[in-house]
Amino acid sequence: MIDVLIFATLNGLVTGLLLFLLASGLTLIFSMMGVLNFAHASFYMLGAYCAFSIGQYTGFWPALILAPVLVGGFGALVERYGLRHVHKSGHVAELVFTFGLAFLIEQAVQSFWGADTKNYQPPALLDFPLFTLFGQDFPAYKAFMLLVSIGIFIGLYWGLTRTRTGMIIQAATSHPQTVANLGHNLPLIHTLVFGAGSALAALAGVLAGPVLTTFPGMAATLGSIVFVIVVIGGLGSLTGALVASLLIGLLQSWAIAVDVGMADLLHWVGVEFPPDHPLKDIWRLSLPQLAPVLPYLLLVLMLIFHPSGLFGKREG
Amino acid sequence: MKHLLPWIVFALLLLMLPWLFPSVLGISILNEMAIAIVFALSYNMLLGQGGMLSFGHAVYFGLGGFMAAHALLGMELGGPIFSVTLIPLVAGGFGLLAAVLIGSFSTRRAGTAFAMISLGVGELLAALALILVSFFGGEAGISGDRSLGPAFLGADFAQDSQVYALAAVWTFVSTLAMYLFTQTPAGRMANAVRDNPERAAFLGYNVQRVRLLSFIVSGFFAGVAGGLFALHYEILTAQNLSTTTSGNVLLMSYIGGVGFFTGPMIGAVVLTLINSVLSHYTELWLLYLGLSFVLTVMFLPQGLTGLLMMHRTPWRRGRLRSLLRPYLLTGIPATLCLFSVFALLEMLHQGSGSVMFFGLALNTEQPWAWLGALLLAIAAAYGWRRSLPSLREAWRSASQEDAP
Amino acid sequence: MTRLTRVPGLARAAILHFLFIVAQTGLAQSLAPVRIAIIDPQSGAFAATGETAYLQLQFAADYYYNEHGGILGGRPIEIVALDNKASVADTQQQLRRAISEGIQVVVSGNGSAPASALSQAIERHNRRNPDQRVLFLNYAAVDPALTGADCSFWHFRFDSDSDMKMEVMTQAIAANPDIHRVYIIGQDYSFGTAVAASATAMLAGKRPDIEIVGNELHPIGQVKDFTPYVSKIVASGADAVITGNWGADMVALARSIIDAGLDVPIYTFYGAYDGITATLGEAGKHRIRLVHNDLPNPLTSEEHIAFNRAFKARYPNKDVTQPRIATALKMLVTAMEKTGSTEPFAVATAMEDLRVTNMDGEEVWMRGSDHQAFEDLHVSVQTDEGIVFDADNSGFGLLAELTVPARETVRPSTCQMTRPTQ
Repeated sequence: MIDVLIFATLNGLVTGLLLFLLASGLTLIFSMMGVLNFAHASFYMLGAYCAFSIGQYTGFWPALILAPVLVGGFGALVERYGLRHVHKSGHVAELVFTFGLAFLIEQAVQSFWGADTKNYQPPALLDFPLFTLFGQDFPAYKAFMLLVSIGIFIGLYWGLTRTRTGMIIQAATSHPQTVANLGHNLPLIHTLVFGAGSALAALAGVLAGPVLTTFPGMAATLGSIVFVIVVIGGLGSLTGALVASLLIGLLQSWAIAVDVGMADLLHWVGVEFPPDHPLKDIWRLSLPQLAPVLPYLLLVLMLIFHPSGLFGKREG
Repeated sequence: MKHLLPWIVFALLLLMLPWLFPSVLGISILNEMAIAIVFALSYNMLLGQGGMLSFGHAVYFGLGGFMAAHALLGMELGGPIFSVTLIPLVAGGFGLLAAVLIGSFSTRRAGTAFAMISLGVGELLAALALILVSFFGGEAGISGDRSLGPAFLGADFAQDSQVYALAAVWTFVSTLAMYLFTQTPAGRMANAVRDNPERAAFLGYNVQRVRLLSFIVSGFFAGVAGGLFALHYEILTAQNLSTTTSGNVLLMSYIGGVGFFTGPMIGAVVLTLINSVLSHYTELWLLYLGLSFVLTVMFLPQGLTGLLMMHRTPWRRGRLRSLLRPYLLTGIPATLCLFSVFALLEMLHQGSGSVMFFGLALNTEQPWAWLGALLLAIAAAYGWRRSLPSLREAWRSASQEDAP
Repeated sequence: MTRLTRVPGLARAAILHFLFIVAQTGLAQSLAPVRIAIIDPQSGAFAATGETAYLQLQFAADYYYNEHGGILGGRPIEIVALDNKASVADTQQQLRRAISEGIQVVVSGNGSAPASALSQAIERHNRRNPDQRVLFLNYAAVDPALTGADCSFWHFRFDSDSDMKMEVMTQAIAANPDIHRVYIIGQDYSFGTAVAASATAMLAGKRPDIEIVGNELHPIGQVKDFTPYVSKIVASGADAVITGNWGADMVALARSIIDAGLDVPIYTFYGAYDGITATLGEAGKHRIRLVHNDLPNPLTSEEHIAFNRAFKARYPNKDVTQPRIATALKMLVTAMEKTGSTEPFAVATAMEDLRVTNMDGEEVWMRGSDHQAFEDLHVSVQTDEGIVFDADNSGFGLLAELTVPARETVRPSTCQMTRPTQ
């Protein structure tokens, strides 16, 4: 049991930090432009596919840099020529636009890269088990993912709080008019932030592609979860995004590790039920079964009872 | 009389269409349109009239449909037997119930928070549909025979055409009811709350109650659509509750135009045709659908209906003809440009070998096919751009009111 | 309407074949084609499997019949691909399209949900419209209910059902003395549940000493990372894994098991082809095992080898994954020739208890009582040794380790069929 829990924790950390790479960009974009970007996970998918294609010519390492740059550039173009154009039609239109974009990117990937799973492998340099614990290998590649994610968090934190650009970005989220009046190019800042956020998502995709498999559904399975994280962490809060990412990552990992079901719970409080009870499906629910649903449950509860999230300063 | 005219036209259309498309497939597509129209209209009560963007409307459609399927299955298994003309009512009732339950907490908030709650609830139910097997029937779903109820006016509803008659009546009645709802004080209040909730609250209205009422009525009609679905297909599966279904109804409403009552109806018709006709000719239909959706959001925020409605003023002023020439001047290069872009996409998708494109065999191994399509696309795009100013000018003069 | 747009070189090939037929018989073009609809996903996430099946059916029709003067005295076979987008509603829509076009035979198989919906819809349609009946050839949906509790006179299955496959899979496991502890993991829906139940029951019968150390269901298509599940598998000390997973869930699960360094055989139903073999590659060698009807390697039958070569020549990027599609077509044509008509009732009656020889030279029997076909079943392993016909052009392919002859796969029929009269 303890070995399963240790591995669940390790794995929860890897997933959590990966989710943070996505959530940080999303929350930054939200705090700046007030729009939740449905297509954010699509940039993550594009990152994985671009890295796969580029990697076939250059190998993994150049692709690790090139793919995020490429997708980041694409993201900037989307902001400049798409989102800004829609902005005048209001927030609902912006949300719908990003929803449509997510749909479009998924279809484009399916049409041009194909619907099957891509043979995207981790680099040979990292393709060995780092250590073996209780008979299970921990791949070195996962440790690398962990390191990169932590590095990005530190870099982001430092960049936003210690550099001049970071200060301007922070100011632009809270006092956009003042920043504009000071002579800064607000639209340009928007484009840059959107591009940087997309690049971060793409980086997550490049890292996750070999581990979580590269296929056209990879954006959809992650997209809604990232939303949940950003809302739970508090819209616009970087710390909140980190905490919520780790929370969701660990929660999902642990829920699978522990074999507790409704039946055990009822048994524990002394209630038994006949197996042919009309509500048998509900009695039979178990925690691992519910693991992927838990985030949505949390999301709904959070929005009802504490809409500003864990660390949020304002409501959606 | 002037108010009645659109309704008479609508009723006549519903009556005439099965005579125009009498094949098994034609009737089936008409049924699908009827279902989509009711569903999209119910969705627009939230988005268009109430300003609530929902990503989980399939919940009410699906739950209503599942209830209807259970009712049909019940007749097969010796449960209560009643006329299947009432099935949509059963489904609507269940959709309403679900809407009361979920709406009681989700309508407390509007904007992004409401959208997120609807997304969460939608994902929750979609996941639970596969886990709770006794009600949702697992992946095989719940299926029931529609022809076991007592005959109604001599119809036992075994044939699709009889189901169409039933669906047409329900669609007409539902459309009328939803239209009338927009005219009631409650419907008007929904608009006011959409436009400025603070002000509505200040005027003494309970904002949540107004939203909840729209939400419940919308849930009822989504359920009715689900019931019609159960009658037409005689089966409901977890797919009906999926986020894809929720996304589809958003696409329909938006492409049709959320700002108009008829918008979602037009969107429903167009999307059904895309789904059943366009998909038959190209594998890339989903890509084209996505493209047209994104382009609609960007350039036609009022949807297809908005595009039609723009022509009202020039039409009233008898200037429609002055637009013909600029339309042709823009339309021809635009069509050519899209044509060659689509050809490029099809070739790109194909990878190797040749593609049949509008009767043209394009060989992807020959560079001239690529080059030709690319050059045509660029040249046409240039022509398109060049023609735009004159189109804008023509528009301005055609739609300007004459100076008094 | 044949969808010429999708297939590499098909437009050219179709024209060539047309000329060929005209030249050869001079008859074919004057007689109406026998049209067969294949209702499977051709767009969207499941397009790859649907397209492979369509190409195999089309190829089999050309290779065996159209290039030899057609059937029923010179009528060509025309395959019509109808896209059901893996959706139950669209499956029914496409059935209606087929009916509208006067098509009398429908082929389908990808996904149990669309298949059982289709079987039910055809049963109802044929009952209500005796003059427009349709026949359903199922080449891949393995839910036992389709020939059991929900069996239909109009439905014929050419794939072994999941219980038959499990019987053979457990036989292979039982024969391996190194296996003592088995872990079962599957997608949380009817098929995953059925696999778990039959695996438990059948292993208990064959090797009571084997312990089922885990029985896990995970949500279908929702799991991003299988590592936590794999931790449980490792902790349980399992020395074999059984899974009914398919598609992305299959790849991701196998990938996680391999990444964790767990060197145990993984027994699957759908662990090969359509990108899966290439993605698992070297890591899947000697680990991934698959139970299926279709002999992949080593091939001894000249006919099968020639068929595979010809198919590869036309579609270099595709594999012959389901030769049973050709068997299904052969049985249909045999029944049509026997009755001299395409009328579904007559053809269906003629197909009952029909025996034909497949391309490997074995006899395939269509049982009359439940319309289940019986063919040899194989357990194959992923490897790159001794592979003549690989998968995904990866160098890796499947090699049959165990072959169970058709007669030993027969399980009693449970079908209570309502037979239409004429």
